[in-house]
Amino acid sequence: MKVVIKQNPSPSVLANVIAFMGSLGAALLVAALILWSQGVDPLHAYARIFIGAFGSFYGWSETLTKAIPLMLCGLGLAVAFRSSFWNIGAEGQLLLGATAATGIALFVPIAGPSLLLLMILAGFLAGAAWGLLPAIFKGKLGANEVITTLMMNYIAMEIVKYLVTGPWKGATQFGFPYTDRFPSAAQLPVLAGTRVHYPTLVIGFALAVLLYVILRRTKLGYKIRVIGDNPHAAQYAGISYTRTILAVMIISGGLAGIAGVGEVAGVRHLLTTPEQISQGYGFTAIIVAWIAMRNPLAVIASSIFMGGLLVGGDVFQTSLGLPFQTINVFNGLILFFLIVGQIFVNYKISLRGEE
Amino acid sequence: MPLLDLATDAMIAAIRVGTPLLLATLGEIYAERSGVLNLGVEGMMLTGALAGFVTTLWTGSPVLGLLAGAGAGGLMALIHAFLSISLRANQIVSGLALTMFGIGLTGVLGRRFVGIQLARRFYPIIIPGLSEIPVIGPLFSSNAMVYLSLALAVLLWFVLFKTKLGIEIRAVGENPAAADALGVNVYLIRYLCVTIGGVLAGIGGAFLPLGKPLSWTENMTAGLGWIAIAITIFAMWRPGRAIFGSYLFGAMLWLAYRLQPYFASNILNMAPYVLTIIVLLLGTREILRKRIGAPSALSIPYRRGER
Repeated sequence: MKVVIKQNPSPSVLANVIAFMGSLGAALLVAALILWSQGVDPLHAYARIFIGAFGSFYGWSETLTKAIPLMLCGLGLAVAFRSSFWNIGAEGQLLLGATAATGIALFVPIAGPSLLLLMILAGFLAGAAWGLLPAIFKGKLGANEVITTLMMNYIAMEIVKYLVTGPWKGATQFGFPYTDRFPSAAQLPVLAGTRVHYPTLVIGFALAVLLYVILRRTKLGYKIRVIGDNPHAAQYAGISYTRTILAVMIISGGLAGIAGVGEVAGVRHLLTTPEQISQGYGFTAIIVAWIAMRNPLAVIASSIFMGGLLVGGDVFQTSLGLPFQTINVFNGLILFFLIVGQIFVNYKISLRGEE
Repeated sequence: MPLLDLATDAMIAAIRVGTPLLLATLGEIYAERSGVLNLGVEGMMLTGALAGFVTTLWTGSPVLGLLAGAGAGGLMALIHAFLSISLRANQIVSGLALTMFGIGLTGVLGRRFVGIQLARRFYPIIIPGLSEIPVIGPLFSSNAMVYLSLALAVLLWFVLFKTKLGIEIRAVGENPAAADALGVNVYLIRYLCVTIGGVLAGIGGAFLPLGKPLSWTENMTAGLGWIAIAITIFAMWRPGRAIFGSYLFGAMLWLAYRLQPYFASNILNMAPYVLTIIVLLLGTREILRKRIGAPSALSIPYRRGER
């Protein structure tokens, strides 16, 4: 008998879903052991997480609220990962978008809906600019983008901290690291009784469809896919690596920037410390994009799933006495088992007798 | 002589920050030389730090703590080795997952140990005479782990460039199919190198609680693992340059803090991250100029029978 492994070029959607469920189950099993070793009943913990995230109207609304930035960042990352540009910097790009939108909200005296449009535009541009820098370093010098995008997250965090404790600190906010509250024209509308800033959610849905079409049907999408699969082949086909990567990072950084606009204009209505603006959305979005297998349409579902897990993560802190970092145990395990599961999907493994 | 005093201060800082960096960088050099990119350094260092702290706390022996750190880092690395070598998974995603897992796991397991002080640690071993030389003197009044890291750098350089095993490692990283054809066990070499990487990252992590603060804090590596990956590139995958890169980084960080009176503290907090990017860009530029590439097979899974 011999194990034969063959590449399966077109795995079915069903196979992907089964692989995801299997990966999730395995991750939950290992995490259960870790929780159990800490004296926490895993079944009880999982039930609390599930009920917390999906068991009530409030749970659903919070899950959706957290899914919005995950969706926007995840869409951008799906495109970047499709081109094999490893953008780990969505967190920083989100924060820069939030910062730019705050600048417009506080210092540009326009009334009416054009203010919000300007904020979204500014957030997109700031996020794109923050994403472009590592793309330029990579395209021109070959500098490893994992390091540069990651480092730029930390730099963005310090910029935000500097602004909210220094020059932008609100006159009415006493000791708190807050800017002044945004005028009402700079606040995104929400679904009644929730924090779901639905215009951003609609933008997310629309962009998911748009990016799906771009990746499948346009010349840019073709270039992105060729570069992602084989940069050397792309070079022979006359595709410019640098220019394609720049376009990818304008999209990827820009969408993370819009996510940042949503957090300040839709949830907080002011700029404050990085930890309060984003609960690591930019990092969690890496998993969102990977669960979706870099498919923009699937990002819609995976962002809602991970949004639920983040809502559940609050349960760790509030009622199980575990640090918020616990969520990273799940993140890591889900990724581990996901890449294992995807191997089973992408390869056909069979047993065959010796010939 | 204030200038000499300043340089001596810089050296002390270079050793303190540079030693854990050097250890982790040496490990990453071995992993990458064999063709496996491991972005899990941060996670492996954290597990090493926690294992080292807890073991020292329980046994009272920093030596056992160091060994535990090495073991914990090695075990973490084996996860990455299994996924990326045996299962041929995407190395970038696997490494990121390893870092996330390490941060989460140490956050959960370490929460009971926050705020506890160690009674024992590695005391400095002062070499009379040499330790009084200005500037390089601090090197000769360091603790055992500093000497160990420098000795390891020399040993690992020797193995990589002067032994048959070193040739095999480099061959596996450049052209695994050819190495395989010549009878080198590609999988074994890669497993070995990735594990060495984890062991060294674990020791580097253990240096943190056993060196100065003598306590465990959540996420205490604070990005050192990522900086080590950047220095690996800056060092052009050479152990000798890793010493230079690690200490240079430590000294530059010290310089940034010396400039504290002139800048807002948030601006200075950016220093390590800006410096990492600068170090990376400098390294990358030199690599371009000298036409030294990364190991050709870096981050490409190997399967026998594929071209």
